[in-house]
Amino acid sequence: MARDPAALPRFVLTALIVVLLIPGFKLTEFEPGVLFDTRNRETIGRFLGTFFPLALSADFLQLVIKSTIETLAIATAGMALALAIAAPLSLLVTRSLSISRIGPGPGLWSGRVLRTPVRLALMLCRSVPEIVWALLFVRAVGLGPTAGVLAIGITYGGMLGKVYAEIFESGDTRPTVALLESGSGHLPAFLYGMLPVALPEIVSYSVYRWECAIRASVIMGFVGAGGLGMQMELSMRMLSGGEVSTMLLVFLLLVMLADGISAALRRVIE
Amino acid sequence: MSVNLDRVSLVHPNGHRALAGVSLKVDAGECVAVIGPSGAGKTSLLRVIATALRPSGGVVQTLGVDPWALDRRALRRLRARIGMVHQAPPIPLRQRVVTAVLGGRLGSWPLWKSLASLAYPADIDGARAMLGRMEIADKLFERCDRLSGGQLQRVGVARVLYQQPDLLLTDEPVSAVDPALSDRVIGELSREAQARGVTLIASLHAVDLALHWFPRIVGVRAGEIAFDLPPDQVSDDMLRELYASESAVVPTQMGEKNSALALRRKPLCS
Repeated sequence: MARDPAALPRFVLTALIVVLLIPGFKLTEFEPGVLFDTRNRETIGRFLGTFFPLALSADFLQLVIKSTIETLAIATAGMALALAIAAPLSLLVTRSLSISRIGPGPGLWSGRVLRTPVRLALMLCRSVPEIVWALLFVRAVGLGPTAGVLAIGITYGGMLGKVYAEIFESGDTRPTVALLESGSGHLPAFLYGMLPVALPEIVSYSVYRWECAIRASVIMGFVGAGGLGMQMELSMRMLSGGEVSTMLLVFLLLVMLADGISAALRRVIE
Repeated sequence: MSVNLDRVSLVHPNGHRALAGVSLKVDAGECVAVIGPSGAGKTSLLRVIATALRPSGGVVQTLGVDPWALDRRALRRLRARIGMVHQAPPIPLRQRVVTAVLGGRLGSWPLWKSLASLAYPADIDGARAMLGRMEIADKLFERCDRLSGGQLQRVGVARVLYQQPDLLLTDEPVSAVDPALSDRVIGELSREAQARGVTLIASLHAVDLALHWFPRIVGVRAGEIAFDLPPDQVSDDMLRELYASESAVVPTQMGEKNSALALRRKPLCS
């Protein structure tokens, strides 16, 4: 009887993953049952009650809309900065555009020497949480949206750079390699061979990150980087639950907008 | 001498021995057909000549030079003079036919021209002319995923024709094309080689195409050259022995039990 050679490695790997997860739950003292404790249920219920009724006065709504636009602007400007960082760096880091790997030919080691520091730089950018960058920049450039834009730009530049490079490596590299083998330079080979293949994934991931950037800019508003977050922090300090829930509703609409844009863009690309 | 392999051997990273001590000399302007069963090493042979693979042993000379002794710039210039038609066209499916064909000259165009051509194709007439020779001029602005397998293969051939290389290498260029059209495509490649005085080395699955169009037949079997003869000296026994591992029948375009005697041998390329 023939046996499947992949069965044993798969089983071992699955068992290993499960075994590694268990201490994680124990260490964090994960106990979902606590949520359903009677006293906790009452506390949660009372807390949720303070969020209603929603604050819908004209003045407040105007303030909310202005803050929302500011948040969107911070997120979009931050993403633009992130793209400006990630696009060139991802092309440097990705191994799919390497001409020296064909053969292998001359220049193999200089390619590796170039890629490693760029990889490290991207790692450094994204390893510091954006809120820490925001705190740093608020000290440097003062309260307001600039700190938020810089924080998002740097962190998300690091994330996008790494993921773009990996998307380029995991897609179909045959068109790119064929162009490099016919004497093309790196950039034309990328634009004619790699980008058409990778575009849907790139767009989908980038729009998702833009949605995350909106969320991040709300969080950074809590430390003074402007937008909806700063307003939410003020409302929470004044214990106006109604105002907070209005802003959360607006935020939900923003996320739905981002989702719609992503779907529309994917349809256009198809 | 255009191509010279001196006891070239190639062992793939997985240990498979693709070529074992192959010696082959091809003069400039010659037309050579390479035939043999699947897995014989025809593709590896062509890829070693195309400088896509580095031999594990022996010396290869393409267009008169050893590619692995060149620096990066010289190697890139050499590769721009080599045109390889792959069996499965390495063209991103989302790309339009015109862009795919123009991609053939990326090795010789300056960077600004390659970039500008993405915004508006730089040489629509040139691309149309090549597609016309392959009888698909009407598909000029179609997306490649709207084409059939045979049409896509012909776009791949058009791209290499547009490149105007000094060495034409084709790896089973008509495997998906119907017999009447295959004859035209091979004829077109052969005429191109003769008109411009460039070397053509074509690996073919259909033996009748090889015997009809080429004045020199190289039989490859298990990584070695079995014979290297003009078509009228290639006997039925030699063909049967060559394909013995694959099937009892020598492969032709019709796929029928064609007696090798019945295959036309008059070469139209001299």
